[in-house]
Amino acid sequence: MTVFLIIVVIALLGVTFWQMSKILNLSKSGHEDASQIANDNDNKNQAYIMFGFVIALYMFMFYSFVEWGDLYLPEAASEHGADYDKLMFISVALIMTVQLITQFLLFFFAYKYRGVKGKKALFYADNDKLEFIWTIIPVIVLAGLIIYGLFTWSDIMNIDEDEDTLVVEIYAYQFGWKARYAGEDNTLGQANVRFIQGTNTVGLDESDGYGMDDKITTELHLPVDRPVLFKFRSQDVLHSAYFPFFRAQMNVVPGMVTQFSFTPTITTEKMRTSEFMVEKVDELNRIRKERSKELEAKGDVALDPYEFEYYLLCNKICGISHFNMQMKIVVEEEQEFNSWISEQGTFGETLKKEEE
Amino acid sequence: MSAIANATVAHDHHDDHGHHHKETFITKYIFSQDHKMIGKQFLITGLIMGAIGILMSILFRIQLAWPEEASWVFELFLGDKYATDGVMNPDAYLALVTIHGTIMVFFVLTAGLSGTFSNLLIPLQIGARDMASGFMNMLSYWIFFLSSVIMLSSLFVESGPASAGWTIYPPLSALPEAIPGSGTGMTLWLIAMALFIAQSLMGSLNYIVTVINLRTEGMSMTRLPLTIWALFVTAIIGVVSFPVLLSAALMLIMDRSFGTSFFLSDIYIKGEVLAHQGGSPVLFEHLFWFLGHPEVYIVILPAMGLVSEVMAANSRKPIFGYRAMIASILAIAFLSTIVWGHHMFVSGMNPFLGSVFTFTTLLIAIPSAVKAFNWITTLWKGNLQMNTGMLFSIGFVSTFITGGLTGIILGDSTLDINVHDTYFVIAHFHLVMGISALYGLFAGVYHWFPKMFGRMMNKKLGFVHFWITIIGSYGVFFPMHFIGLAGLPRRYYTNTNFPYFDDLADVNVLITVFAIITALVQLVFIYNFIHSIFFGKRATQNPWNANTLEWTTPVEHVHGNWPGAIPSVYRWSYDYSKLNNDETDYVIPGQDFIPQNVPLQENEEEMNH
Repeated sequence: MTVFLIIVVIALLGVTFWQMSKILNLSKSGHEDASQIANDNDNKNQAYIMFGFVIALYMFMFYSFVEWGDLYLPEAASEHGADYDKLMFISVALIMTVQLITQFLLFFFAYKYRGVKGKKALFYADNDKLEFIWTIIPVIVLAGLIIYGLFTWSDIMNIDEDEDTLVVEIYAYQFGWKARYAGEDNTLGQANVRFIQGTNTVGLDESDGYGMDDKITTELHLPVDRPVLFKFRSQDVLHSAYFPFFRAQMNVVPGMVTQFSFTPTITTEKMRTSEFMVEKVDELNRIRKERSKELEAKGDVALDPYEFEYYLLCNKICGISHFNMQMKIVVEEEQEFNSWISEQGTFGETLKKEEE
Repeated sequence: MSAIANATVAHDHHDDHGHHHKETFITKYIFSQDHKMIGKQFLITGLIMGAIGILMSILFRIQLAWPEEASWVFELFLGDKYATDGVMNPDAYLALVTIHGTIMVFFVLTAGLSGTFSNLLIPLQIGARDMASGFMNMLSYWIFFLSSVIMLSSLFVESGPASAGWTIYPPLSALPEAIPGSGTGMTLWLIAMALFIAQSLMGSLNYIVTVINLRTEGMSMTRLPLTIWALFVTAIIGVVSFPVLLSAALMLIMDRSFGTSFFLSDIYIKGEVLAHQGGSPVLFEHLFWFLGHPEVYIVILPAMGLVSEVMAANSRKPIFGYRAMIASILAIAFLSTIVWGHHMFVSGMNPFLGSVFTFTTLLIAIPSAVKAFNWITTLWKGNLQMNTGMLFSIGFVSTFITGGLTGIILGDSTLDINVHDTYFVIAHFHLVMGISALYGLFAGVYHWFPKMFGRMMNKKLGFVHFWITIIGSYGVFFPMHFIGLAGLPRRYYTNTNFPYFDDLADVNVLITVFAIITALVQLVFIYNFIHSIFFGKRATQNPWNANTLEWTTPVEHVHGNWPGAIPSVYRWSYDYSKLNNDETDYVIPGQDFIPQNVPLQENEEEMNH
């Protein structure tokens, strides 16, 4: 595919240069019309190219949606994600409709009303009615979108915390993530970077009893169908916690705690076996195998086959290794989660170990 | 016409003194106070900066398409320090995206676009001898020049240029411990930007005063060409918002060098807790975007003005809905100052604010839509002259619509959550403000080249330039929407650490190939531009048969613009193809345009302008 594209593009480039040299020769000969102002012939040629261009543009847009449409993320793995995707679908459908109509009119008019010497243009300066119509239509459509969007927004951002909510702190630093679970008491202990010392890498206040049962992990495990409230804290610079599969994102700001809440609905296992993901991973592994062959030929190590995992990534420029600041996310059944979390040591235990 | 000259000659005496000056090479070409020369200086400096900015984008596009592969291109342009063994380093990548953004937004699309055309067109189109203050105008250019030199010199400092992104969010931009570019490179960046803001204010105040005070007799505000309206309002936005960036920059300088804590708090870096306490990076984001968002309108409004003018002249029709166009410029300008928060939906600010900013942001779509529809209607039943300027104007409307529409997605706080800071954003703003504004710039250069240099640019090379550019730029930015929707973050040096992105590699190669072609075809423009300055066909006084006043000045530039009296104005600038009352012929028989300095004719219906 890539090779084919490159060949096509190089061929086009070749045609361009060939045409250009021709044009240069023509322009040098200095015959008939050298005024450099478009004449009827130019108007006609350019108008035809305009028409050709709009067709090509339509084909390219169509091709893009067919070829790359499935690059869109899989079905949202969070409760609000379904609403998000619906709103996204409506918006894309709407803007593509407007796009198709306006681009057609623009280039079609450019084609149809091409200049001809002696033709009279229509002196048409104003039409209040028309202008009213195309002010009011966007007003109505946008009002609908705004209202729909704002309802969804307040649903997502208004967090009702109850006993069932799992509170997790996401801790960001150059260049990695940690997760802190609130432990038995479901209350996160106080923390500040000023407490960072030795094994106390996220700066928990050692005098705060709530912190002792907190569990700090390097993987994020979430029980399915249970609301999670994330509290974000950064140690150094701005980061952004981006959970693409859950349609969630929040900046992580040093000096303050930000938050976001969502309910994961699809376990890692279920996502892996979904039709979309099976196909996607097959395709990715095909690509990886191909690349491995090239790498091995060069004497490099081959790539591992890929298995789908959810991930959290940094989406705010944060330094040299910004591009590799990620954390694995595992969404699992409640009992799997419970057994995993019980294996994790508490902060209190880590402290004790250090003292010994 | 002699009647007009007689009518205006009386009040004109005192303006004539300029002609007797002896001009040396230095006063004419270097420290010139003539607005036409200053406009050219802005244009050429802007184009040079543009070439550098585009070259940078090609370098990081090559890295993105073929990650971590060695290339002679890197060896040539980056050297061993930034491209060890020919492989681009991550810090070089971040520096390139940062400086590319800074140069293109400020140095090319702000100074190069509005600096060039405000200087060239404001006095010429309103009928003034020069700017209100020629000296301040000259100062404005030279401070801009100094600022450009400092910005470029930052590329050569030991610790590297600023590399915290063009938005320079602290703490990353405040702490050299966080990224090497935040050392000397960032200091130079801040100095260059402070100077840039100073020159921008000098220029803007000058433009505003000139438009308000120096309009010729009869040139009421509702007779101004839309170019002037756009440039005038742009200058006002600049005066309102640029000082806020200066304050943000000053506070950042203080945080960096004098131990204050405006933006810094609770930071542990390189094994040490910093003393800073109580500041907030979110404050910086507010201040930055209070300029940053109006800035995109500072970039796009002049382009809109130029396109409106070029389109009307080449359609041989009045611009449709002149008053609605002015109203939408004013509406956009007003709204532009109250939407900055849409860059910050997920910054941690109160979600309620997010709702307010969604509301104001989507409102901007309304005047923008009105403008787009009015341009399309301007083409309707026209007699379109496909000059290169016209092609770029049509291209402008096309990319403005394509890029603008995705703004409806990004401006919606909900939808922004998952596409924020992904390639979807890159696609959106490059189409709607980068590419569109560049098309506006090109439309302006092709259209007013005869006025600037007294010669014509080659039209066939112009056609080649336009078509390859429009195909290439759609090829670069349309596919980017899709990789953005796949969740690919911007500013990643390579995507290979996420196997999930492996199938985006092909798209990235395609984008880069298109980018290289588009960049190469700009050489055709550069060739055409330079060649035409010296060897282009000599221009006639009014090559496009346009109505505006600049085409009543002689081809050879004179100090003071008009050798005789300043013309008076009797009509708006869009009387193209106006018929006489009997509808038998044009108002001036056989001529489909009526320049602004022609009085109302017998047998002509008077309009509201």
